Amino acid sequence: MKPAPFRYHRPSTLDEAVRCMAELDDARPLAGGQSLMAMMNFRYVTPQHVVDLNRIPELAGIETTADGAIRIGAMTRQRDVKDSPLLRERCPLLAEALQWVGHVQTRNRGTLGGSLAHLDPAAELPGVLHALDAVLEVRGPDGARDVPMSEWTLAYMTPALEPGELLTAVRLHPWPPGHGHGFHELARRHGDFALAGAAALVHLEAGVVSRAAIALVGVDDGPLRLPAAEALLTGHAPDPQRIAAAADAAVEVPGIDDVHASAAYRRKIAVVMTRRALTDAAARASSVVPASVGPASLPRGERRIAPPPSPAGGSVSG
Amino acid sequence: MRGARPIDTEQTLQIAVTVNGESHARAVPVRMTLADFLRHELGLTGTHLGCEHGVCGACTVLLDGRSARACLTLAVQADGMDVTTVEGLADGDRLGPLQQAFMDHHALQCGYCTPGMLTTLTEFLRENPHPTAEEVRIAISGNLCRCTGYAGIVRAALAAAAALRGDTA
Repeated sequence: MKPAPFRYHRPSTLDEAVRCMAELDDARPLAGGQSLMAMMNFRYVTPQHVVDLNRIPELAGIETTADGAIRIGAMTRQRDVKDSPLLRERCPLLAEALQWVGHVQTRNRGTLGGSLAHLDPAAELPGVLHALDAVLEVRGPDGARDVPMSEWTLAYMTPALEPGELLTAVRLHPWPPGHGHGFHELARRHGDFALAGAAALVHLEAGVVSRAAIALVGVDDGPLRLPAAEALLTGHAPDPQRIAAAADAAVEVPGIDDVHASAAYRRKIAVVMTRRALTDAAARASSVVPASVGPASLPRGERRIAPPPSPAGGSVSG
Repeated sequence: MRGARPIDTEQTLQIAVTVNGESHARAVPVRMTLADFLRHELGLTGTHLGCEHGVCGACTVLLDGRSARACLTLAVQADGMDVTTVEGLADGDRLGPLQQAFMDHHALQCGYCTPGMLTTLTEFLRENPHPTAEEVRIAISGNLCRCTGYAGIVRAALAAAAALRGDTA
């Protein structure tokens, strides 16, 4: 048998799981198991207690909240996030990025919360949720608290979870209808960890970028926003020159130097992936006219609605 | 976690699993993987173990119809679930359409990756009856084959898709 001996706990409610995590010494929560089980098989980790979260119905599911946010349970399978009609319509960036997350077999088991809590530097989902300004819901022995995605990464593979705390859900506010999205990454083989990847969101008003978000993965301890690039785009038409200039900001990221690629190469890849993600996002964005501006006041030749984009990803832009 | 007192006694749990339509009840060590359970407890050695850390895909089985790595799933997690292994894809000695296509198109040489390829493609073809070659390649990207160069496997998957649709080949 591969893993070292442990005691197995299978709570059926979140309260019970939180109690398990608080009372047991050296306990690990088991989500989809696509990283933890591998680490246990290698005996990189040898927890005394494994708390299996897979039989807690309240931890899985996708719902709209009263204030218009979308709430995704931490134990929602990556496969179900990718296939969700609600998310495909309101937040297509998630499905776009999930094509790159592992393989179908790992997405069938792997969970959104597991990816966020494991926090591999190259993981796509933390980057996507960072671009979306998601808020993470955490429960511990002292109650519940919210952690914004911008404060989630404390260090390499270290999320802002106190001992005994569990990530329970993710809340995000979808961008307005008509926004554009893009995700690109470079990996040696499909499903491998990315050398670098970029997520982009663009919203246009009267042909100019009114809001942009760019997040990179694989270039630092955790996902990284590019505020300088976002600022460069905002208030301007997203033409190729402007996009290239914004993407060049990615050359400032730290980069990771390891056996797979040098930091310099990763920075170079980050620039290219950012440019491609932004290009897709701009092409997919419809230019909406702000409510205060009537059609008559549009500049001459300004298109109200951008031509329909041809999704680069093929079948996923639902 | 390191330096903590190791657990030195084996905890076992009683589980009931349906495998290829047959019910099995067993007491298993909680740290036993589903792959080891299938092979050592049930004697279903068609499920192969290559890497045992979720990379090679040889141990792929269907868990309640969805493909999953049996090396990354504990046997106790399959309690109450329905498991399909490669043994469940044939009707006795009669090969299923996908297996027959693998034979016809030289989609295997050593055969080590084959069970995982077959279970993965079984799920894939059920969800995508009209796949392109590119889609097949992405579907099997989580299954490593060191013999065939994948060309025969892709051909077999496309032929099986046509056979399952009832198209005359």
